[in-house]
Amino acid sequence: MSAAPGRAPSGPAGPVLDVDALLDDRSTSVLVCCGSGGVGKTTTAAALSVRAAERGRRVVVLTIDPARRLAQSLGLAELDNTPRRVEDVGAAAGGSLDAMMLDMKRTFDDVVEAHASPERARAIFDNPFYEAMSSSFSGTSEYMAMEKLGQLRARASVPGGDGSEPWDLVVVDTPPSRSALDFLDAPRRLSSFLDGRFIRLLLAPARAGGRAYVRVLSGAVSSVTGALSRILGAQFLDDLQSFVTGLDAVFGGFRDRAERTYAMLAGPGTAFLVVATPDEDALREAAYFVERLGADGMPLAGLVLNRVQTTALPRLSAERSWAAVVHLEGRTADDEEDGTAPEALSRGEHALAAGLLRLHAARMFRLEREQELAARFGREHPGVAVAQVPARPRDVHDLEGLRAVGDDLGGAA
Amino acid sequence: MPSAPDAVPDPGDRRDDGREDSPLLFPGTRLHVVTGKGGTGKTTTAAALALALSRGGRRVLLCEVEDRQGVARLFGLPPLPYEERTIAATPGGGEVVALAIEPRAALLEYLDLFYKLGRAGRALDRVGAIDFATTVAPGVRDVLLTGKVYEAVRRRGRGRGAEREHTYDAVVLDAPPTGRIGRFLNVNSEVSGIARVGPVATQAESVMRVMRSAATRVHLVTLLEEMPVQETVDGVAELEAARLPVGAVVVDQVRSDTLPLELLDDALAGRVPASAVRDGLVEARVVRRDASGAGVVEGLLAEAAEHDERLALQDREQEALVATGRPLVELPLLPGGVDARGLEVLADRLVEQGLA
Repeated sequence: MSAAPGRAPSGPAGPVLDVDALLDDRSTSVLVCCGSGGVGKTTTAAALSVRAAERGRRVVVLTIDPARRLAQSLGLAELDNTPRRVEDVGAAAGGSLDAMMLDMKRTFDDVVEAHASPERARAIFDNPFYEAMSSSFSGTSEYMAMEKLGQLRARASVPGGDGSEPWDLVVVDTPPSRSALDFLDAPRRLSSFLDGRFIRLLLAPARAGGRAYVRVLSGAVSSVTGALSRILGAQFLDDLQSFVTGLDAVFGGFRDRAERTYAMLAGPGTAFLVVATPDEDALREAAYFVERLGADGMPLAGLVLNRVQTTALPRLSAERSWAAVVHLEGRTADDEEDGTAPEALSRGEHALAAGLLRLHAARMFRLEREQELAARFGREHPGVAVAQVPARPRDVHDLEGLRAVGDDLGGAA
Repeated sequence: MPSAPDAVPDPGDRRDDGREDSPLLFPGTRLHVVTGKGGTGKTTTAAALALALSRGGRRVLLCEVEDRQGVARLFGLPPLPYEERTIAATPGGGEVVALAIEPRAALLEYLDLFYKLGRAGRALDRVGAIDFATTVAPGVRDVLLTGKVYEAVRRRGRGRGAEREHTYDAVVLDAPPTGRIGRFLNVNSEVSGIARVGPVATQAESVMRVMRSAATRVHLVTLLEEMPVQETVDGVAELEAARLPVGAVVVDQVRSDTLPLELLDDALAGRVPASAVRDGLVEARVVRRDASGAGVVEGLLAEAAEHDERLALQDREQEALVATGRPLVELPLLPGGVDARGLEVLADRLVEQGLA
């Protein structure tokens, strides 16, 4: 492999996140990686898991939607909702790694089966709303991730055949959602919906023992259901009613467990890592999340800043490099304001030097901008420890790559 | 049903601003749906496309549906209400109008429009039915969002019969990400499972007709990286299977060569003496005449090698995109981030490559 350009000078003097200390701390038993979509959450969760296992932890990692080749690198060829051992990781240090991919629908099915009679479960599965809700409702994956986390946490302390507990660290990747906050909000939104007036209204007939309910409902309410029937069709309401009635028993359990999992997340032993890339959108989402965790009393370990631009020549600024390009190519500085117009191709006597400087200038423009954004985040959230992971020229999709990311994470301190 | 002939030629079919650019890739398109994996520049591309389409005096509506206020942020504006607002005027009398479609407001508007449900609508709201319909009832939310877009595409201004022009020459939809786009646009099938009859089902069918028509194109935005490319390839297949008209694949943030490739290859392979680079650096006053400059030369070459590796990776990913058979449209990486000027640069590129 070619010599990688060195690490960027550590930018703003904020606290540095000591990832290894976090992984080595045996009182950390749940690690949640959250952030907006496309910032490398899954890769970060996988790299942390590999590193923790190789430092002697017995780890299970719950991934939500990994890239195919990343999944393969963890031995997750199929989505079967069960933790599988990843071979060749951690044994030398007394650790181990199991990995699983969340199958949202299957997790939902399992919960229904565990809490409803076979007859009722069948009725639920056959309802058209179930198919839609278990596979496409936007809060379901967050809900099921929490559900699965609760299950893994419960299983972690049940001794296996050899008398030892299977896992002492659960690492969780969170669903790719439009907002980082969805992970915390969606389960509660589902719960409050199920407790809401509308559902109680729909459940009224079942609870009152049949359709006679219509008579006891107020005029306002029957006009509501009347309006709904007109808009959505009567079948819609019937299906919905039987679906909600069927799920009622199951969801009682859901609600309790969601509350317990939520409380567990706020308790000792859990650490949140907010993952972001050094761009405006991702850092804004990260800021929302950091503030929200604080408001909810959730334990924030720090920020992982992925894909940070690095340079071998930190003292050669964008401005100076571009001035050099202008000089070598005999241009005026106004030809291109930022020196990175794609059609620009250096030619002439010093084409090579000019071209290399042009590349460096473009790199430094990015780097300087990223540092500015990171510094702003640091000013607005002093005290949030940060670990930076340099941008790589290629994607990570094998154990070696995950170990390299782990080295960057651990080496940050 | 007899349809009134359009008195005004469809502006998508020809250019009237006298610029010499590539022929349009998709003439006659009135609804451009822009999707892509999160973080690939979907909103930026949608905004640049709206700007590009509005040049030459056209009126373009830019819609967003994800409650993100991404358009407002991009244009440096306060959050947009559920209301059509002009956010940019372009040379030649064109304009971009923005609308953040909010499902709750869309449902109340819909109820009021079609059912005169003023009071009953409020009663529905009080018992949580509106919340239910817009957040939980699967598919209903999407019907409302696409329904509003559909209305904007078909809306005509005041006037008589065939004289009435379309209110918008084109509509650009900043749509949900690739992973959800098939389901989002295929509202008909999603809703038909749960609302088989009734106005919602009828509405879904009308929306589907427009979505599948030649006036609609779905563009997918991607980066030349493994996961976004994989998602794009899968997305194209999914949309085609659902008989939704796929437009272009927009490759965002393309890094480009800054050196003739053979020169870089020679340099990286050590076939160019370091002194050649050093001489240039001395000439440019980056290295002092009496210094060796070895560290600087080495550093620049290492950065170039990394850049080269990335370009090679880009090439491989590009092949996978070419294999989809869709036209590729490239947008450059703007190192300083996207600002107003950056958006215009991107709009220029879209026009040059025939997307607008």
